[in-house]
Amino acid sequence: MLCATSRLLAAREASALPAHPRGRAPAPRSRRRELHFPGHPELPPGDFLVGRFTKPSVPTGRRVILRKGRMPPAAGGGLAGSELRPRRGRCGSQAARAASRDVATEAATARSPKRPALPSSRRFEAAGRWALLALVTLTSFASRFHRLDQPPHICWDETHFGKMGSYYINRTFFFDVHPPLGKFCAFLGSMLIPLAYLTVLELSRSLSAALLTAALLTFDTGCLTLSQYILLDPILMFFIMAAMLSMVKYNSCANRPFSAPWWFWLSLTGVNLAGALGVKFVGLFIILQVGWNTLSDLWHLFGDLSLSMVTLGKHLTARILCLIVLPLALYIATYAVHFMVLNKSGPGDGFFSSAFQARLSGNNLHNASIPEHLAYGSVITVKNLRMAIGYLHSHRHFYPEGVGARQQQVTTYLHKDYNNLWIIKKHNSNSDPLDPSLPVEFVRHGDIIRLEHKETSRNLHSHYHEAPLTRKHYQVTGYGINGSGDSNDFWRIEVINRKFGNRIKVLRSRIRLIHLITGCVLGSSGKVLPKWGWEQMEVTCTPYLKETLSSIWNVEDHINPKLPNISLEVLQPSFPEIMLESHMVMIRGNNGLKPKDNEFTSKPWHWPINFQGLRFSGANDTDFRVYLLGNPVVWWLNLLSIALYVLSASVFAVAVQRGAHLPVEVEGLSQVLLQGGGQLLFGWMMHYFPFFLMGRVLYFHHYFPAMLFSSMLTGLLWDTLLRLCAWSLASYPLARCVHVLGILSLLLGTAYR
Amino acid sequence: MLGFLQQPVMVTTEVNLNMVALTAVGLLSRLWQLAYPRAVVFDEVYYGQHISFYMKRTFFLDGSGPPFGHMLLALGGYLGGFDGNFLWNRIGAEYSSNVPVWSLRLLPALSGALSVPMAYEIVWELGFSHCAATGAALLLLIENALITQSRLMLLESVLIFFNLLAVLSYLKFCNSQKHRPFSPRWWFWLVLTGVACSCAVGIKYVGVFTYLLVLGVAAVHAWHVIGDQTLSNVGADAKGWAGLAWGQVRVLCHLLARAAALVVLPVLVYLLFFYIHLLLLCRSGPHDQIMSSAFQASLEGGLARVTQGQPLEVAFGSQVTLKNVFGQPVPCWLHSHQSTYPMIYENGRGSSHQQQVTCYPFKDVNNWWIVKDPGRHQLVVNNPPRPVRHGDVVQLVHGMTTRLLNTHDVAAPLSPHAQEVSCYIDYNISMPPQNLWRLDIVNRESDTDVWKTILSEVRFVHVNTSAILKLSGVPLPDWGFRQLEVVGEKLFRGYHGSTVWNVEEHRYGRSQEQKERELELHSPTQVDISRNLSFMARFSELQWRMLTVRSDDSEHKYSSTPLDWVMLDTNIAYWLHPRTSAQIHLLGNVVIWASASLATLVYALLFIWYLLRRRRRVCDLPEDRWLRWVLAGALCAGGWAVNYLPFFLMEKTLFLYHYLPALTFQILLLPVVLEHISDHLCRSQLQRSLFTALVVAWFTSACHVSNMLRPLTYGDRSLSPSELKALRWKDSWDILIRKYW
Repeated sequence: MLCATSRLLAAREASALPAHPRGRAPAPRSRRRELHFPGHPELPPGDFLVGRFTKPSVPTGRRVILRKGRMPPAAGGGLAGSELRPRRGRCGSQAARAASRDVATEAATARSPKRPALPSSRRFEAAGRWALLALVTLTSFASRFHRLDQPPHICWDETHFGKMGSYYINRTFFFDVHPPLGKFCAFLGSMLIPLAYLTVLELSRSLSAALLTAALLTFDTGCLTLSQYILLDPILMFFIMAAMLSMVKYNSCANRPFSAPWWFWLSLTGVNLAGALGVKFVGLFIILQVGWNTLSDLWHLFGDLSLSMVTLGKHLTARILCLIVLPLALYIATYAVHFMVLNKSGPGDGFFSSAFQARLSGNNLHNASIPEHLAYGSVITVKNLRMAIGYLHSHRHFYPEGVGARQQQVTTYLHKDYNNLWIIKKHNSNSDPLDPSLPVEFVRHGDIIRLEHKETSRNLHSHYHEAPLTRKHYQVTGYGINGSGDSNDFWRIEVINRKFGNRIKVLRSRIRLIHLITGCVLGSSGKVLPKWGWEQMEVTCTPYLKETLSSIWNVEDHINPKLPNISLEVLQPSFPEIMLESHMVMIRGNNGLKPKDNEFTSKPWHWPINFQGLRFSGANDTDFRVYLLGNPVVWWLNLLSIALYVLSASVFAVAVQRGAHLPVEVEGLSQVLLQGGGQLLFGWMMHYFPFFLMGRVLYFHHYFPAMLFSSMLTGLLWDTLLRLCAWSLASYPLARCVHVLGILSLLLGTAYR
Repeated sequence: MLGFLQQPVMVTTEVNLNMVALTAVGLLSRLWQLAYPRAVVFDEVYYGQHISFYMKRTFFLDGSGPPFGHMLLALGGYLGGFDGNFLWNRIGAEYSSNVPVWSLRLLPALSGALSVPMAYEIVWELGFSHCAATGAALLLLIENALITQSRLMLLESVLIFFNLLAVLSYLKFCNSQKHRPFSPRWWFWLVLTGVACSCAVGIKYVGVFTYLLVLGVAAVHAWHVIGDQTLSNVGADAKGWAGLAWGQVRVLCHLLARAAALVVLPVLVYLLFFYIHLLLLCRSGPHDQIMSSAFQASLEGGLARVTQGQPLEVAFGSQVTLKNVFGQPVPCWLHSHQSTYPMIYENGRGSSHQQQVTCYPFKDVNNWWIVKDPGRHQLVVNNPPRPVRHGDVVQLVHGMTTRLLNTHDVAAPLSPHAQEVSCYIDYNISMPPQNLWRLDIVNRESDTDVWKTILSEVRFVHVNTSAILKLSGVPLPDWGFRQLEVVGEKLFRGYHGSTVWNVEEHRYGRSQEQKERELELHSPTQVDISRNLSFMARFSELQWRMLTVRSDDSEHKYSSTPLDWVMLDTNIAYWLHPRTSAQIHLLGNVVIWASASLATLVYALLFIWYLLRRRRRVCDLPEDRWLRWVLAGALCAGGWAVNYLPFFLMEKTLFLYHYLPALTFQILLLPVVLEHISDHLCRSQLQRSLFTALVVAWFTSACHVSNMLRPLTYGDRSLSPSELKALRWKDSWDILIRKYW
């Protein structure tokens, strides 16, 4: 049974990667999520790179806890292949389990709730149900925790999330594209199956449908693989399913509003929503689904004339409290914890604005005291306001032949560096403004200034040459010797929405630099220069005077011995501001995840047909690999079921619309099909179709939440259809036979793989 | 006998003078001084190029939209006798005398003019008063942005015309559904709806949103037809089962007719556009390179001239050039040359130091390869030729250097995860040749499993390492002459264009000696057979390329974001007179834009209010009024929403004129909302008179604004700098003022 697949998979994996080529880069997968950090001629950004190779100390620990007291494997995650055993070699036990399940199914269907039952048998039935649930849970736990410590090396995203775990331990601030909750949690993947089981049971009131769903998910290799590794997805899927289950539960409590179970399930839905959103933004889709369900529920209540407006108001308030206020509070609370824990400066600083950095201890803006107003002679760094652009930078390298004028390069650079320092000078005098005999002169809005690069003593300069990458903009260079250049070095400094009077405040004022002669605005295009520019970002002077963030700058560091230093405690941004900024950075980061050259990413339409899997662990020197690939039988069955569902549901809907009179049993089944199935189909669509619109890199595992919904739909659909068949074959024993046989054959079919 | 003569032949006509008058002023406003300015205005520079291509019947590829719109413009050129000889290179360039400016601009102008009476008809068919209908038409008439856009060689006004036509004919169809289904009139409007929809989609892809809206409304109506119990009882004499069955058949007929006219017909018409497009453009042109070899071979000139008469089946001993199917970043051919890989790369890694294999984007004698049977030494084709089939193992010999294509366990120069591909040189250092490749014909199911020139898409799978020959697309450094890197890909097993190659040029090798062979390679190919691609294959390829061709999203001075549009925070300068300060701007009538947005908001609020009250069984409106109100909202507010909101998701450069289709629908909603307020929300006669006075005042101000902006719309009058400054009502408007006046 199962061993057939595993051998097949093993063979496939073995042929996927033959011998290792000489001189090849080490694990290409391990660097997947890193945003690109350009190199630097003199100072390689070493401190950031360290993070890439940090060993995931936490993940192993986590695994240990769940393995209940066994010794942890050696912390060196990279030592693969030393104690490898085939992970899927568990034919015997699985067969036995499948067999026992079949027996259980038979027992369950034999106790079909249709018959009038004696009280004692009802009690017996209830006990049976609990036993069945326990069995499902046990099976799923057994399959998920089986050989959890294999393989002992880092799998795919584990590099990413494991690393973040260690950041939390060190309280170092980092930047990630997902919200923070997921990294706190451990395995919840095995809880998925009981949740799915209960949801389908609630929706269809049929044990066989629920069992079928549970079987589909238990035997799906993709789900199995995904929940065995330290990834965010099992946690996300857990919250999605839990939210779905509690939503369905509170729907069925609708006839007893404001009762204890009703409140319980309603608020549980809210909690789970917060959890789902806190793990990944994909959690947004389940929020939309619950929101839609709530709206239609309210709409239904609103049409009920027996309810007074006061009652309706109570309903509305209850939902707002439990589904909006509660999740929001929880979500914000996770962020509060996140920011409280991570209060040290770290490699992610450069992505954030100056004000944000000021709250990280270790950053030079933390508790800093610098002169408040910009004056002539100050040494400053200038930071672009757009996220992840960095500081205005120059270095002793020229633009190469053929790229504009052969003058010194001006770029933006994300890391702090002495080449980011500029001196602000008057345009018409070259006298040293720091001469103590001269009075302090502040820079004012609208002044004509010159910016001299401190290291190379060249002036910031622009002229009518096209910029290296953005052809419609002008080139920006460093020009002149010891500060004497020409009139193309003159810039007018302007403050956007002058709130603070004429002087220019460090950090607070948003400034624009307008080139005096050409009238263009200094900005960064955000494009990465080729090798000659050390892969830093292009700086241009744009003739389009639109106010975009990429042409707005602020002064960050400010050194002027003639001015008194002022403590910058006032700069502490408020919590909502931090929230907003970190969300903006996350969204930008998410959109910025573009595929690397050697990666073939998948397209959303690949997913439901199991077009190609995702290679999870790329340790090259082992012949043992983990491949994320769904069980083809399950997946194709799911796909078929969706088509079949759409067909049968529309047949029923048209029949109802035509006013056909259905027999009572069929009526009930069609209700299950249209309402329960409709919710599941909607869930599938909500978790699948939005990916078609996304510009970022997509991976196969993004389909798994949708896959859960389609599996539940499959279970519900086949059970209902078989019941319908059974009903149409009028004779009773035969009918039951058909039903039982059908469910059995489906179960066997999935288990066979 | 001759009964029809008993009655006199009567012709009764009703002429709606409103309509006539509206059409007349519409024509006047759009056609007045149409040929002025006699210079290239804004995007005409872009559409004009395509018109010239049509006139010269040269193939081109344009990713901005389907061909129907360009064909319509070209029709104007054809009627005006344009020969296509004009260099469209600069906005503001004076037209030469051979360009029939008037007839080129005629079609958009006519579409713009006819939109005015159509607005009247739509509001009337929605069930509102003649007064409201006239109001809607007048608002469209005096909307400056619409006038500007329809007086030039641009496509928005044509798109708006077909959008309105689709909505109008659907409404007419709906109204005749109530009286006489399946009458000729019913059929006419139904079919016209489908045709207008596909014309809208054929002009610009955004037309698809209106199409979806009409489809959605039609689906809701069809659902009501399904639920309509009266339809079952039509068969008067058929009783019982027969009557029931008859009812079902009737419903089925209704549904099938709608499906045929609104789904099948538009698809066919859309295909027809492409058919005509490909029929017209039969000569090779500047965009040939982007298309596949097979497609290029179907064009006159270009590749067809080269490949005409090549032998079809590749045999052992054939000389071929291999083109990469993916063709990104540029289309290129498998290439090799005398130079070898550098011993040590810049980053310190080593190479095999064997002969380079690259992909080269130009025709070259070094692109020739000879297909060799590993078991034999000859490099000529046997008589009869032995064709190569799927699964055969072959060697590829580089024609000019006679070295064999080889790959081995050495990291490629720029993609170190993949294997290096080289032409093997035996340095006698225990690195054996690994030059056997298994031929994998990807499209063998749709074609045969014999390797065919141009038609077959093949992959070369390395026998020893099962790596696949792939274009990585990275340009090599100077040592590789900036040609593109070719690697052996080991990780990836799925289908991707970069691993697939096809034979472009092909001939049977005849020369035994290397010297003769070099001569043979230098000589042009000739022989004889012509191949034609089926229309569907050409269509699908063209459509796919059009959707995927990447236009560099360049920043534009006048680009804007959707948020700028609602309140007209931006404008576009279209043209400036070379000497005076006469200028044309795309600038709307601010009063109309603001009040139309306001009307949409009012509609939405009122709709929600009514909906909630109806749910509590409080019916403020009679049932038929309510249905009318909903339908007007679905088509007008819905039309605005579907034509506006999707732009928030688009990543391309957006301009103000993208908003015009949405604006048109919004303007239609304006009189509807006004009439509703006057009829239902004004309680007393006094209130109603007051409201009417307000509306009149508002309309007068709209007319006044329109008149003030007229010089910027027509560009016929040169304004002084102070007048221009006075017209700059918003700081964000960019009106050109000459500095040295």
